[in-house]
Amino acid sequence: MTALLEVQNLKTHYRLGGWLSRRRVLRAVDGVNLTLAARQTLAVVGESGSGKTTLGRTILRLVEPTDGRIILDGQDISRLSQARLRPLRRRMQIVFQHPYASLNPRKRVGQIVAQPLRVHRVPGNHRRQVGELLERVGLSASAAKHYPHEFSGGQRQRIAIARALALRPDLIVLDEITSGLDVTVKLRVLALLRELQAEFHLAYLFISHDLSVVRTVSDRVAVMYLGRIVEEAPTEALFERPLHPYTQVLKASIPEPAARGNWNPPVLVGEAPSPVNVPPGCRFHPRCPLAQAVCREVEPELRELAPAHRVACHLAEAPPHFYPHPPHPHPPHPPLSPSGGEDKGEGEDR
Amino acid sequence: MNTSEGGSAPLPTPPPEGCAGKASARTDASLLKRRNAKLVGGVVIGLVLCLAAVLAPWLTPHDPNRQDLSAIRQPPVWMGGAWDHPLGTDSLGRDLLSRLLWSSRVAVMVAVGATLCAAVIGTPVGLVSGYFRGRVDTVLMRVVDVWMSIPAVLLAIALMAVLGVGLLKVILAIVLVDWTRFARVIRGEVLALREREFVEASRAIGLGPFRIMAEELLPNLVPLLIVLASLEMAIAVGVEALLSFVGLGVEAAVPSWGSMIAEGRGYLLVGWWGMTLPMLALVVTVVGFNLLGEGLRERLDPRLRTEAAR
Repeated sequence: MTALLEVQNLKTHYRLGGWLSRRRVLRAVDGVNLTLAARQTLAVVGESGSGKTTLGRTILRLVEPTDGRIILDGQDISRLSQARLRPLRRRMQIVFQHPYASLNPRKRVGQIVAQPLRVHRVPGNHRRQVGELLERVGLSASAAKHYPHEFSGGQRQRIAIARALALRPDLIVLDEITSGLDVTVKLRVLALLRELQAEFHLAYLFISHDLSVVRTVSDRVAVMYLGRIVEEAPTEALFERPLHPYTQVLKASIPEPAARGNWNPPVLVGEAPSPVNVPPGCRFHPRCPLAQAVCREVEPELRELAPAHRVACHLAEAPPHFYPHPPHPHPPHPPLSPSGGEDKGEGEDR
Repeated sequence: MNTSEGGSAPLPTPPPEGCAGKASARTDASLLKRRNAKLVGGVVIGLVLCLAAVLAPWLTPHDPNRQDLSAIRQPPVWMGGAWDHPLGTDSLGRDLLSRLLWSSRVAVMVAVGATLCAAVIGTPVGLVSGYFRGRVDTVLMRVVDVWMSIPAVLLAIALMAVLGVGLLKVILAIVLVDWTRFARVIRGEVLALREREFVEASRAIGLGPFRIMAEELLPNLVPLLIVLASLEMAIAVGVEALLSFVGLGVEAAVPSWGSMIAEGRGYLLVGWWGMTLPMLALVVTVVGFNLLGEGLRERLDPRLRTEAAR
């Protein structure tokens, strides 16, 4: 399985402060390694401020990387000029979080969806292609004559998907696309994305903070905390057996329909530190219930503790027989979730 | 249409697109009701002025420059004057109505010409400054700051003194003084617009910075530009009158409200109409353009619009 996208030690830092104030560096993305195979979905989850949105934009070179490499299909695009990058933009597109902001309010839907065709001089009848795209995402071809404000949030997100699809990309970054949609609309958009993935052989980088959505759509999940990936694993492995304490807390905070009575998800103390003041050692140690002396001093590297399951934690241990069955005398971390709810197998939440 | 996952019943097809359009129409109507007065007043005054300017040769009973020393300082008809000169004559016996109408041509040409040129210069500066930010922005905005720190009227008078009189030179002077206004306001708006995701979306498609400015940002600046332009017209008319008043405006042979006020000033006690009527025309015009700008601003200002009406 060759990688469509490979991200190596990617860093995106912002300089803060002008010539009068003290210069500081905001480490939005701070040494991320990722691999995404063609036709696969990799979810990146994390709290707000974890750098996941910046990561997506840096991969598309909408934000300039400070260091590291972005390899798209064998070609390092992290140093290409914007002009050299332009032809490669056909292969990677993005759908944004806010369907109200991502469509130009002064342009008709037809113009918006045709824009990528026009910019890249795609041959053929653009009007007809736009009509087909709109129909493919579940709108009617006549939608092209209307303005974005005439549509609902879900319909606008479909328009944005049609625009991203217009150039037949290999990779689409989906940046929190479901967070503004209500549940039924969300499920239908996700179903559409799944169909499109099969039909157009798409790879998705699915950025989200919503673990329940992530569980249903992704093949692999990377958990991001303060600009770094702390755990990466196949989706089922990550949800069945999270190895990083942060992931365990995240997982336990998903409301489970089966749990009755008092549901007391474990709560992390404090907020995530600012990416301006990254704590030394393990980034998670100030909030980690298990932190040891070593965590305060040495930054943990990602270690592969199970097949394709990598964790950046000093204390995490490989599960004895990989995932299938627990009874384990000393689990590496006591399960943080007090609820005894059984996970539903095929996750459909609510 | 997709179905929801997990094999549940197919969801009904979504309502046809375009059903949200009615809400915006209703909002527009109620807005129109509230903003009526200013906007309508401004539009009426603007239309009357334009008609007067275009039709001046056919509306005027006399050549505006024909002197008739046998009929100087004739009063308007309501003060016992003759219908031959409905608004009376000035101290050289020239027909005031004809001169007022011909002057409106200067006013309209200056208003439109100066505003267009100022917008054409100021808007790209604002776009470039706001879009690129950083050093480009710093340099351009310091130039604008220095420019704006010179008193506008003083600069205009100094320019005219150097350039000499004439309609085109008046327009040039006003443009040189006022392009900064456009640059400033457009820059501010672009700073806000460039953060919207649709700009990032077009970068992801591969549009270059100048195409983004022209195709994505400019259409969103149109309402603001319209408002700025109508307010700028009021300023341009005022500055032209001022320059003509001090004798640094259009050529002496071309009637202009400013020069008419200057000429009538000496005879205020014996023929008040000679000064007062052009002043009235000037004030009504300036107020009209201001009403137009204010009315449009209230109509088009995003803060007064709902999301649906955008």
